Amino acid sequence: MSNDTKTPASAPIPAVDPRLLQREAGLQGYVNEFVRKVRGGDIGSLPVVIGLIVIWLTFGLSNSQYFAPSTATYIAYWMPGVGLLAVGLVFVLLLGEIDLSVGSVSGLSAAVYAVLAVTHGLNPWLAVFTTILTGAAIGALHGWIFAKIGVPAFIVTLAGFLVWQGVMLWVLGSTGTINLTDVGLNHFLSGNSYVLNGDVSGGYILAVLAVASMAYGSFGEQARRRKAGVPFKPTSELLIRVGLVAVGAFVAAYVLNQDRGVPDAQVMFLALLIICDFVLRRTSFGRKIFAVGGNIEASRRAGISVAAIRISVFSISGAFAALGGLTIAAETGAASQSGSDPNNLMMAIAAAVIGGTSLFGGRGRVWSAFLGMLVISSIQYGLNMESLNQDVEYMIMGVVLLAAVIVDSLARRTQKSSGRG
Amino acid sequence: MTSAPVLALRGVSKRFGAVQALTDVELEVHAGEVVALVGDNGAGKSTLVKTIAGVHPIDEGQIEWEGRPVSIHRPQDAQHLGVATVYQDLALCDNLDVVNNLFLGRELKRRGTLDEVAMEQKARELLSTLSIRIPSVRIPIASLSGGQRQVVAIARSLIGDPKVVILDEPTAALGVEQTAQVLDLVERLRERNLGVILISHNMADVRAVADTVAVLRLGKNNGTFPVQQTTQETIIAAITGATDNAVTRRAARTTEVAQ
Ligand SMILES: Nc1ncnc2c1ncn2[C@@H]1O[C@H](COP(=O)(O)OP(=O)(O)OP(=O)(O)O)[C@@H](O)[C@H]1O
Ligand SMILES: [Mg+2]
Repeated sequence: MSNDTKTPASAPIPAVDPRLLQREAGLQGYVNEFVRKVRGGDIGSLPVVIGLIVIWLTFGLSNSQYFAPSTATYIAYWMPGVGLLAVGLVFVLLLGEIDLSVGSVSGLSAAVYAVLAVTHGLNPWLAVFTTILTGAAIGALHGWIFAKIGVPAFIVTLAGFLVWQGVMLWVLGSTGTINLTDVGLNHFLSGNSYVLNGDVSGGYILAVLAVASMAYGSFGEQARRRKAGVPFKPTSELLIRVGLVAVGAFVAAYVLNQDRGVPDAQVMFLALLIICDFVLRRTSFGRKIFAVGGNIEASRRAGISVAAIRISVFSISGAFAALGGLTIAAETGAASQSGSDPNNLMMAIAAAVIGGTSLFGGRGRVWSAFLGMLVISSIQYGLNMESLNQDVEYMIMGVVLLAAVIVDSLARRTQKSSGRG
Repeated sequence: MTSAPVLALRGVSKRFGAVQALTDVELEVHAGEVVALVGDNGAGKSTLVKTIAGVHPIDEGQIEWEGRPVSIHRPQDAQHLGVATVYQDLALCDNLDVVNNLFLGRELKRRGTLDEVAMEQKARELLSTLSIRIPSVRIPIASLSGGQRQVVAIARSLIGDPKVVILDEPTAALGVEQTAQVLDLVERLRERNLGVILISHNMADVRAVADTVAVLRLGKNNGTFPVQQTTQETIIAAITGATDNAVTRRAARTTEVAQ
């Protein structure tokens, strides 16, 4: 630069580069941004939603019975058991690790509960509490061996898979099956328990609550952001989001009301999903989980105790495995040797990944446990209805899991190439 | 500068397996002083920074904080004392957005939950003082350019209330304007009476802002010079370990050609 060049008057520099990420106003801009996000590998729930529609149409067109309200009841009733295992797994997957022990821990937990509450006649709620604590302790042990001794989580939990299955068989003893009595949490989770005793208002009350709290939350946030002068989502976008959730909630309530109402187990599942989602997205504990899943060394240098996060995440996974085990046992009415069915583990991992939680860590939401279970249950019920054999079911489930993992890997690749990894 | 240095290293040694990265290193930083730490590639500058920041605990020697010996074993220890560090490798989480990276480990809270609005507001203010343009403070770090990431890492060190700021090659990836901004920032930190350790290979930058230059060579001290009274040749000689070095030879050659 020569000396006689005039320096331009120093204009204030905006903190935001005007070239990028501008969205045109209105619906068109919304659509454009959506297309751009998908191209960039930020696919979110899109594949799941498309997949669900395809699955429903396929089964529904081949057998009109598939659209009967009893299908919805079946799915809503059987989803929470394995779904709870998947919730715990989402936490572990966010760290970029895996927990192969959840199936065995869930089986063991059901056995522990049965022995405490049925064989020894302990107060059923105290038995539930003890059982969940046992699961959390087992998970903490896995986490400790992984975080402090440095054994890969894959191996630690593979060992746990075998050990806890052995302990379960030992706890159940010679009979192999303990029938549960219909009391306490077990009653709440079993097939006889519906919101407001299955009254029609129950489902609608839940739907109204869900939509109202979502609207309150998103418009409240919009108002706070507007007041603070930071960018906020336009009202039209919020209305579309809330509207979609409202349609889903009321249709689900309507369909379930055609049959027996909303199962209480499903309500517990949804409540726990909301709580976990809150913990992961709105608390510093959740933020630390994402950070460790993204860059371990950076997290450590930011003053995060990586070992503590790892141990607590595995402990959460253990606690959810225990609760899932209790739910599965309540659904079937007994704690039996099939409680630690390895298929449950596979289904739970598949659900989390199908729902959009990455196997590579740092990316995902607990709602993927819900979406993934919805897909899996829909397929399972459809296959049962077609009275296909187990062999076909396994093959189809395997292919679905593989497809989800391929989508995850591709998304990761596109994200890398478009600088969003 | 008669008062005790805010940070002092006494005979610090650090070994990685077969590599003796630091041997008996001494370093003093006073409040309101900018110390430039220079040395060739592999001299041990980043290692020294990491021992202060608690990433690699020291093997021997002592670290003194405001005159008192302290032990720094973990990054948390250094944070609590008031040391903020910008690492050469930046240490950012690619999957988190700019705001979350800035506040990682010291999030602002409101009624026990994360106060995203306040954090975003503060992040924008901070980034605009460093005059960096980024697409949005809500996009993942992975989609930023190298220089943009570097500015985020620098901004990160200003969150909280540090007493000593360590910058490990903060301007390596920056453009002219951002480099000037960072140098301004270093001067502002000095005015605020903070101690600054600045690592740089750029002698012009060092001479522009530093009060003292500490030279590290092969993991050992090789002289500490007040910038004002020292010529560039002296510093370069200390860095390379000889008056006859690649830099002087090249300088001689180019002047011959010019004549
Ligand atoms: N984690 C580590 N493990 C083993 N050796 C290491 C480690 N970190 C640094 N070293 C060694 O210590 C020496 C000093 O490295 P350091 O990174 O401190 O150099 P530097 O002065 O920062 O160099 P540069 O100017 O290139 O950044 C080098 O020989 C390096 O190989
Ligand atoms: Mg270095």
